[in-house]
Amino acid sequence: MSAQEVDRDKIREQLLAEIARADDLEVLEDVRVASLGRNGTITSLMKSVGQLEPQERKEAGRIFNSLKQEITAALANKQEQLKALQLSARLASETVDITLPVRQDPAGTIHPISQTIDEMVTIFAQMGFVVADGPHIESDFNNFTALNIPPEHPARQEHDTFYLPEKEDGSRLVLRTHTSPVQIRTMVSQSPPIRIIVPGRTFRADYDATHSPMFHQIEGLVIDEETHMGHLKGCLIDFCRNFFDVDDLPVRFRPSYFPFTEPSAEMDIGCSRDSGGLKIGRQGNSGAGDWLEILGCGMVNPRVLQNCNIDPQRYQGFAFGLGIERAAMLKYGIPDLRTFFESDLRWLRHYGFSALDMPGAVGA
Amino acid sequence: MKFTLSWLKYHLATDASLDEITDKLTMLGLEVEAVDDRAATFAPFLIGQVISACQHPNADRLRLCTVDTGGAQYQVVCGAPNAREGIKGVFAPIGSFIPGTEVTLKPSKIRGEESHGMLCSEKEMGISDEHGGIIELPGDAPIGEKWAAWAGLDDPVIEIALTPNRGDCASVRGIARDLAAAGLGELSPLPKSSELGSFESPIKWKHDFPPGAETACPFVVGRYFRNVENTQSPAFIQDRLKAIGLRPISALVDITNWLTFDLGRPLHVFDADKISGDLVMRFARSGERIKGLDDQEYELDENMVVISDDRGPQGIGGVMGGDNAGCDDSTNNVFLEVALFDPIKIAEAGRKLGIMSDARYRFERGIDPHSVEWGCDIATKMILKFCGGEASELVSSGQKPETQAIKILRPTRIKDLTGVDIPLDQSQKILFDLGFNPKMQDGDINVTVPTWRHDIDGEADLVEEVLRIYGFDKIPEVKLEQGQALCAAPRNDLQRRAEKVRRSLSARGLVEAVTYSFIDSRHAAYFGGISKNLTLSNPISSDLDVMRPSIIPSLLVAAARNQARGIPSPLFFEVGPQYDEDTPEGQRLVAAGLRSQNAVSRHWSGPMRDVDAIDAKADALSALLASGAPVNGIQLTRDAPTWYHPGRSGALRLGKNVLGFFGELHPSVLEFMQAAGPIVCFEVFLDLVPVKRSKSSAKPMLEIPSLQPVYRDFAFIVDQQVDAEEVLKAVRNSDANLIDNVNLFDVYEGTGVEIGKKSLGIMVTLQPKQTSLTDQEISAASESIVTAVEKKTGGTIR
Repeated sequence: MSAQEVDRDKIREQLLAEIARADDLEVLEDVRVASLGRNGTITSLMKSVGQLEPQERKEAGRIFNSLKQEITAALANKQEQLKALQLSARLASETVDITLPVRQDPAGTIHPISQTIDEMVTIFAQMGFVVADGPHIESDFNNFTALNIPPEHPARQEHDTFYLPEKEDGSRLVLRTHTSPVQIRTMVSQSPPIRIIVPGRTFRADYDATHSPMFHQIEGLVIDEETHMGHLKGCLIDFCRNFFDVDDLPVRFRPSYFPFTEPSAEMDIGCSRDSGGLKIGRQGNSGAGDWLEILGCGMVNPRVLQNCNIDPQRYQGFAFGLGIERAAMLKYGIPDLRTFFESDLRWLRHYGFSALDMPGAVGA
Repeated sequence: MKFTLSWLKYHLATDASLDEITDKLTMLGLEVEAVDDRAATFAPFLIGQVISACQHPNADRLRLCTVDTGGAQYQVVCGAPNAREGIKGVFAPIGSFIPGTEVTLKPSKIRGEESHGMLCSEKEMGISDEHGGIIELPGDAPIGEKWAAWAGLDDPVIEIALTPNRGDCASVRGIARDLAAAGLGELSPLPKSSELGSFESPIKWKHDFPPGAETACPFVVGRYFRNVENTQSPAFIQDRLKAIGLRPISALVDITNWLTFDLGRPLHVFDADKISGDLVMRFARSGERIKGLDDQEYELDENMVVISDDRGPQGIGGVMGGDNAGCDDSTNNVFLEVALFDPIKIAEAGRKLGIMSDARYRFERGIDPHSVEWGCDIATKMILKFCGGEASELVSSGQKPETQAIKILRPTRIKDLTGVDIPLDQSQKILFDLGFNPKMQDGDINVTVPTWRHDIDGEADLVEEVLRIYGFDKIPEVKLEQGQALCAAPRNDLQRRAEKVRRSLSARGLVEAVTYSFIDSRHAAYFGGISKNLTLSNPISSDLDVMRPSIIPSLLVAAARNQARGIPSPLFFEVGPQYDEDTPEGQRLVAAGLRSQNAVSRHWSGPMRDVDAIDAKADALSALLASGAPVNGIQLTRDAPTWYHPGRSGALRLGKNVLGFFGELHPSVLEFMQAAGPIVCFEVFLDLVPVKRSKSSAKPMLEIPSLQPVYRDFAFIVDQQVDAEEVLKAVRNSDANLIDNVNLFDVYEGTGVEIGKKSLGIMVTLQPKQTSLTDQEISAASESIVTAVEKKTGGTIR
């Protein structure tokens, strides 16, 4: 055995023992510096090769190189082991109480009235309706007279109108009692064909369990040369089945009276009452159940067309109107009309809708 | 309008069942509101006789009765004082549902004695409040028979909701006519006769209206009856009046009520001995008073028609008779009034006086002018039949209006308007059955409008008449196709803007509220006040009396109410109207919102924080962004309105328009509205946001730089009064090409910073475009930033 082999074996044994003993990365690094660092034992051995006799150098170089390779590999191997140990120790020490309540969710809500209007607009838009609107403070003419409700008409009594102060000329503005004045505004300013819906605020001086001084209606108007009551039925049946999401929703139209339509009808939808309360549609095949009045409608009265300078011999069409709160109450099981306007946060959060729940996007 | 089935059958010969009749009524436009099928309600109750009654062994006040119902005998424990041997009463067997107490009867043991049924009081039967004892039936009541049928109480009561146009159906006969036309039976003919009278009436009718105003009462007739006996009316009248909720009073009064409901012909009877002189139809004089039959005093005005004698008003025409000349048991001589009135005058008088009488209800809807004559005939006949006596000749004043309206119905119009082909002869038959007397002329149907149908105006009304009877349900439905000419977007810019703002604000955590358009004028005073033009003349309450000048007070009231209910940190928004003027343009579409108390409430994850003006600023900017406003061009000024805290609020301006306000609410507003602060809010005027000019949906080309950005931090010391925005702007503008972003990450006052100064920590992002930045270039940029800040704001690097 040469002197180099003796040195190598001694250093090798010593270093491998130190590497095996190293129990953390710092100690291991010390071993690396002490062996392979600038002044390390192996580095020194490698340097010493130059001082040997030329015939010895080759053999010594081979011996020390293999030592260096062996130690380098042992260091790397040990480093990997220690890192793995360190990581599992770290993971073992790092925990979170996953039962902690989450950070507060900032989500707000959309009011059921807005949501319901959105749903209705989406359905009617598919039938070619566009949204029209008008002022809440209206002339007596637009709210009543033009709609064929002259001053002493008994229908006026049913409207419980809010009045603004009398003007110098004796006229009085009113808070619109329905959305129908927008029919007048539209027909006066546009020519047929007309196809509008008018969602909006309406006002009547009445307050009890089933009346609110402010509520919302949606009005519809179709004027062209050939729309008749068959279309009226088709349009409103499609709407109700779509809105309430009941494909076989039973409906009926029965004669009624509104000054601004002739013939006039009210539309009922089928419902059933059982232990669970009111349900839109009929249960199973029994067909039994009640009717719920849902909207008023009819062919636009020729007098109304005349009042808007539209020729009733050439043009005709239908109009309808329904209460938005009532539709929302029926669809979403909201029990009390008055709560819509009380702004109780608990109510608004419970009955409200997510900003992302967009009827247009999800197909109403 | 209420009536009973047997009453209907008095005018309509029909085999139709109750269900068929009520279904048909609804489908004719005479909507059935309620059916009280008393035959079904009272079906279990039998006439029974108490064959023995003895003392209950264990209770002083109870008796053990044996009730015989013909086929069987039952032991009944009864507490009524009049339960005694021999009497006949109403027996409820086990299983009966007792209408008055809403209890289903079960076998029971009362103090150890079995009870197998019940003897009922009137209250228990739901027919009166009488509960002093059990019902006692007369001796001839047939044992074992159904009690209701025997007592005439099995007549179903039907109530319909009348639309205001169908005054003719405020009578049982009018309803029968519609049903007959719809094929549900035959309309029975009315007996025709005219009574001549045997003497001259000592009371005459006179008219005294100003010229031109005679239409207030165009025509009135009357008749004097002597030696009548005002007894009780016959049972068939009493039963039916009771069934519809009227109290039988005396034959004379019951006859007038009967005719009001039976034929829709209100009329009035005066005690002739209490009338002084003749009767005059005239307008009341200002200040005249009358005590009505309802015992109330009414003050009359010059627009109300009265029936007056020498001493003054004895009745309010078409509305209510006077108490003074009313008939009672001792009435001997009677004067009958049968008049026509102007519906509008009646409606006005009734409304002003607050009287909703059965007469007003019919007169204001319009009655058949011919009813003056036939009404007087039928009333005469009934008075003579039930009360005896002698009738005078007719007296009258005025003239019956001759209204014979001929209208034309083109058969094609029916198809045009309804989309359904109704055979011509069927249309004619329907019109004939309704009394329109149709005649064909040149292919058109000419009709004479019946005098009782004041609602028939034009061709469309005739189409409705035909269709109503033919059946709305027979119209085939047709899909409404999306028209070709009608493919515009369903919402216009402003409407879409409102929707986007709603979704955007609710995504930011605000909860949408919908509040009344009217608020308390005392609140409005704090929000810019309100003009008289926007004050309601008839508010439902004093705290909802003006149109709101701002949405904030509505939301503030809502916040205070929630706080009072113990709900912490309420936060709302509303997109709705505010009212600056009473014109259409004066109604503004505003998005407003409010946050209160804690922005971040107590939570394990971090410190709590109160809301501040900058929260409201963020909401306002988000609303503006969603509404399409060019947010980068918006400028801030410190001139928010008076309801904001002057030092913690601002206005958002675009050019010369103020697009909105934000900030903390003024402490005195909070105090007045009793809301707990801090509360911050914003208002954004959606109608002022400019519409985007470009119609293109394309976005500008994105250029992503290939070189890495360089980040440098600066801390500047500036005077406290210097706006942060001034410093940020100076930084931004120092080298607009190179500086990509400026981020204010720290604002600090306190230890280490001179009093009156603040330190602003700013991170600047430098974005090289062509080549990487050298150290010199970076230093040069830093220097120009420091120089710019110093020059513009006097700030120095820390």
